[in-house]
Amino acid sequence: MTTTPEAGPTLVLVGHGMVGQRFLEALAARGLTATHRVVVLCEEPRPAYDRVQLTSYFSGRTPEELSLTDTAFLAEHGIEMHLGDPAERIDREARTVTARSGLTLAYDTLVLATGSYPFVPPVPGKDAEGCFVYRTIEDLLAIEEYAKRHATTGAVVGGGLLGLEAAGALKGLGLSTHVVEFAPRLMPVQVDDGGGAALLRTIEEMGLSVHTGVGTQEVLTGDSGAVTGMKLSDGSTLDTDLVVFSAGVRPRDQLAREAGLAVGERGGISVDAQCRTVTDPHVFAIGECALAVDGRVYGLVAPGYEQAETAAAALAADETEERAFTGADLSTKLKLLGVDVASFGDAHGTAEDCLDVVYSDSRAGLYKKLVIGRDGTLLGGILVGDAEAYGTLRALTGSVPPLAPETLVLPAGTGAPARLGPSALPDEAVICSCHNVTKGTIRGAVTAHSCTSVPEVKKCTRAGTGCGSCVKVLGQIVEAELEASGVEVDKGLCGCFAQTREELYETVLALRIDSYQDLLDRYGREEARGGEGCDICKPAVASIIASLAPAIGAGGHILDGEQAALQETNDHFLANLQKNGSYSVVPRIPGGEISPEKLIVIGEIARDFGLYTKITGGQRIDMFGARVEQLPLIWTRLVDAGFESGHAYGKALRTVKSCVGQTWCRYGVQDSVRMAIDLELRYRGLRAPHKLKSAVSGCARECAEAQSKDFGVIATANGWNLYVGGNGGATPRHADLLAQDLSDAELIRLIDRFLMFYIRTADRLERTSVWLDRIPGGLDHVRDVVVHDSLGICAELESLMAAHVAHYRDEWADTIDDPEKLARFVSFVNAPDTPDPVVAFVPERDQIKPDLPLLTLGLPPRALGPARAGETPFLEGAQR
Amino acid sequence: MTLAPETTDLKIQLRLAENWLTVCDLGTLTPGRGVAALLPDGRQAALFRDRSGRLYAIGNRDPFTGAAVLSRGLTGTHAGRPYVASPLLKQRFDLESGQCLDDESVRVPAYEVRAAV
Ligand code: SRM
Ligand SMILES: Cc1cc2nc3c(=O)[nH]c(=O)nc-3n(C[C@H](O)[C@H](O)[C@H](O)COP(=O)(O)OP(=O)(O)OC[C@H]3O[C@@H](n4cnc5c(N)ncnc54)[C@H](O)[C@@H]3O)c2cc1C
Ligand code: SF4
Ligand code: FES
Repeated sequence: MTTTPEAGPTLVLVGHGMVGQRFLEALAARGLTATHRVVVLCEEPRPAYDRVQLTSYFSGRTPEELSLTDTAFLAEHGIEMHLGDPAERIDREARTVTARSGLTLAYDTLVLATGSYPFVPPVPGKDAEGCFVYRTIEDLLAIEEYAKRHATTGAVVGGGLLGLEAAGALKGLGLSTHVVEFAPRLMPVQVDDGGGAALLRTIEEMGLSVHTGVGTQEVLTGDSGAVTGMKLSDGSTLDTDLVVFSAGVRPRDQLAREAGLAVGERGGISVDAQCRTVTDPHVFAIGECALAVDGRVYGLVAPGYEQAETAAAALAADETEERAFTGADLSTKLKLLGVDVASFGDAHGTAEDCLDVVYSDSRAGLYKKLVIGRDGTLLGGILVGDAEAYGTLRALTGSVPPLAPETLVLPAGTGAPARLGPSALPDEAVICSCHNVTKGTIRGAVTAHSCTSVPEVKKCTRAGTGCGSCVKVLGQIVEAELEASGVEVDKGLCGCFAQTREELYETVLALRIDSYQDLLDRYGREEARGGEGCDICKPAVASIIASLAPAIGAGGHILDGEQAALQETNDHFLANLQKNGSYSVVPRIPGGEISPEKLIVIGEIARDFGLYTKITGGQRIDMFGARVEQLPLIWTRLVDAGFESGHAYGKALRTVKSCVGQTWCRYGVQDSVRMAIDLELRYRGLRAPHKLKSAVSGCARECAEAQSKDFGVIATANGWNLYVGGNGGATPRHADLLAQDLSDAELIRLIDRFLMFYIRTADRLERTSVWLDRIPGGLDHVRDVVVHDSLGICAELESLMAAHVAHYRDEWADTIDDPEKLARFVSFVNAPDTPDPVVAFVPERDQIKPDLPLLTLGLPPRALGPARAGETPFLEGAQR
Repeated sequence: MTLAPETTDLKIQLRLAENWLTVCDLGTLTPGRGVAALLPDGRQAALFRDRSGRLYAIGNRDPFTGAAVLSRGLTGTHAGRPYVASPLLKQRFDLESGQCLDDESVRVPAYEVRAAV
């Protein structure tokens, strides 16, 4: 079958990878999709996706999320896409391409964007079951499937950028992982020997086994034909169930060769500066399959994008846009494994007469090298262990930096701290090399296109949407630009206060302001003064006043005076509101330790009040379904039995979980239960910007999951390790180690300081995890402040905590002792004896659940008079 | 809505058709906080008092969840309008008209309220 163009000339694109898709976008942007019939032959079963971020599939990114295009784009531009149908033959004479399905397309212009294929060394056994390459989504799906069913060990052949990425992925799949590299060092292309040594140490510390200077001779297989190991060139063997070849890529130029197009000696379709093949003016080649005029094949996406734009410009024959592709930068940053490795510019110092500045600290796994030209121009460099400066240095490459080069590589804290901000960069500096976006363009997005946030700038300029390594610098530029152009970056807490939470905290503390109204009237925004405030600042200010109450001489109880009006409903009723208007009560069970007698009391209370009971995820027992007027009665029973009700609500300490620890567990090295109880009793009632959770584990097995807590403690043979900033919930984060082998007293002192520093500086509703990632300097800064007292505030932080501990009172017991506060605990102000008829229950699994249909009715099913209260069958015996 | 003079023996009254229903003492209402009242037909109203002494009354039922909880929300001002935010899913309701500020199509009843001897 032969198709002929219906309208206008036909352009056929072979290969729909990253560069192919970019080419389509470049065509559309120049209006060429309107004048041409555009047909795409795509070998893979899915349209283009982000190959650069391929590995993020293993951290949960779905193939759909990796996709670079959608049907809307194709439809809008009338692009015909043939999925799973590769081109097999080109007839240049007749100007046709034939695909595997038999489809033959006549073209006026043919663009080859066939990419590369992974090179697999011709060793015996290379095709055995259990051997893979690492290039497509299908490859990853196959590796994952095989690893799950057949493998405990994996080996990667090749220790380059991709090999290490693949090794990280195998490790993430739970395999014990080997890397076999023929060269004497890892990442031989990007780093030199010094960098390789630093990298090796870091990678080995992460639990990967590295074998450098050895080649793979044979893949060994068992009876079933599946991989069992590898024979190496030094005669040794390596047991492994799975092999991933990542020994480099080769341009896919077979189709072009067969069509008689010129290719380079080592592969690659030869093109001119406009990306037109040197053999045939009707055929272009772009991306990894092309051999550029500088004699190189580029294996990175940024040069490919540049070529896509160049070819599209050539096709548009746009006189105004002179584009040529003559070469590109090879800067790279390793995205995976948590290792900081970056190389940029002339990393190996090949330019004549160039000089090196090297800083190396093998103990810390640091290696930084800058290559400097005779005239002081920064030519390139390598960063291992700390690539913080990558974004700035890459952008400075080619210019004479405004600071002595050595100050740029010395670690912070060694005398000359030279943190060169992006403000030092010229407008021509390329900030995002994936999309070739300069600082000037980014600034323009803010000034000329009125973008006011990083996401907007990303959308507008594409900067930061490739490998992501420039996002940090991008953010700094955007912020500086917004401030410079006078755009009011409103960091205020809400419509009532122009200050941040931190600023309000400082104001309340310094001026001892103990009233919300006072704060609003004196320090609120002009228009908010004298007003009612709002539901954002009221609880936030209430929390600040509560955390500082003893220090500023404010009333201690959260329902005292004006405070009562500021609290969220949960704090106002000292219990958790449920969907039908009832409340739950969660007695405090410090450390999860509870006597049989107390367990029985909880059972009795729940039975007598007809409450639903459930064991929580926080080592406590929750009793649900209490009406407001029942709450004080429940608390009275609890208090009589030696309990207090607890915070399962409120931005306050929740639970300190514990494992059973040394007392019973054969592995335990410290008494984790006692420590958990001590911590829970010390910090209970502490009001914070968000809730606080903690846990104590008796040994490194970590049964209490302390590393998922705001502050987590793990026992060691010598004392305690303190972890901070952990989070479960929607965006889990593992806690960071703050300090090691602490005594009881040291541990508590450090937690006191940490919590008070957090309370002082965090934003409203900002968990410690988010706070740690946000504040300038991050964990290091917090460690400086709370461990080394770099701000000289530790004594104050400690005394604030001491005041909290000394003034703690059981807020539930205080409430039942105060008739005025108690008066609020009625469903109806005009019928104090009548329960809310909407709070009703139906049976489920031997307990109750809210009567939801009743809620949807809108009106009570019958007009309930006081006389008929308490009729609900499941509340029999309920005390009111 | 009326301006309530600061007198202790004043009662809060709610207008139901022709009658005024006496609900509670004015002093019962903490400024910035609400209370719920049960109406003779079984419905519920949420009553509020702001810091300048103004009184408001709207339906107590939160139309988004069905629970009778609006009296337990936090109050504030938005663009000059007094509102209460539902304590369950935080939608805001204009205290004078009952109009939901976060969803145009939703409104709760608003009642006339006064402080009287
Ligand atoms: C009862 C309980 C579920 C259960 O039946 O097990 C629960 C119930 C609620 N959780 Fe939770 N969470 C409970 C353990 C957890 C845990 C596990 C843990 O603490 O070990 C987590 C993950 C750990 C973490 O927080 O990092 C958890 C993460 C959340 C989150 C997400 C927090 C985040 O940072 O992403 C919320 C939402 C929030 O706080 O903004 C939340 C919010 C809530 C609220 C308060 C939602 C609400 O406003 O109504 C629920 C209140 C129920 C009630 O009225 O009692 N709950 N919640 C657990 C009470 C434990 C306790 O005894 O205190
Ligand atoms: C795991 C991994 C990590 C990477 N990380 C980075 C990084 O951090 N930074 C960076 O710059 N680069 C990175 N790269 C390289 C980057 O992905 C490539 O440079 C880029 O994808 C090249 O785009 P391309 O369109 O030329 O080739 P490809 O994206 O490979 O697309 C070529 C497409 O053509 C198809 N094709 C081939 N032959 C035919 C035919 N005959 N008919 C039809 N279709 C055909 C192929 O199936 C493929 O879909 C990484 C690559 C991998 C695999
Ligand atoms: S964390 Fe250690 S001490 Fe605690 S229960 Fe687990 S194994 Fe035992
Ligand atoms: S440098 Fe890769 S996204 Fe900007």
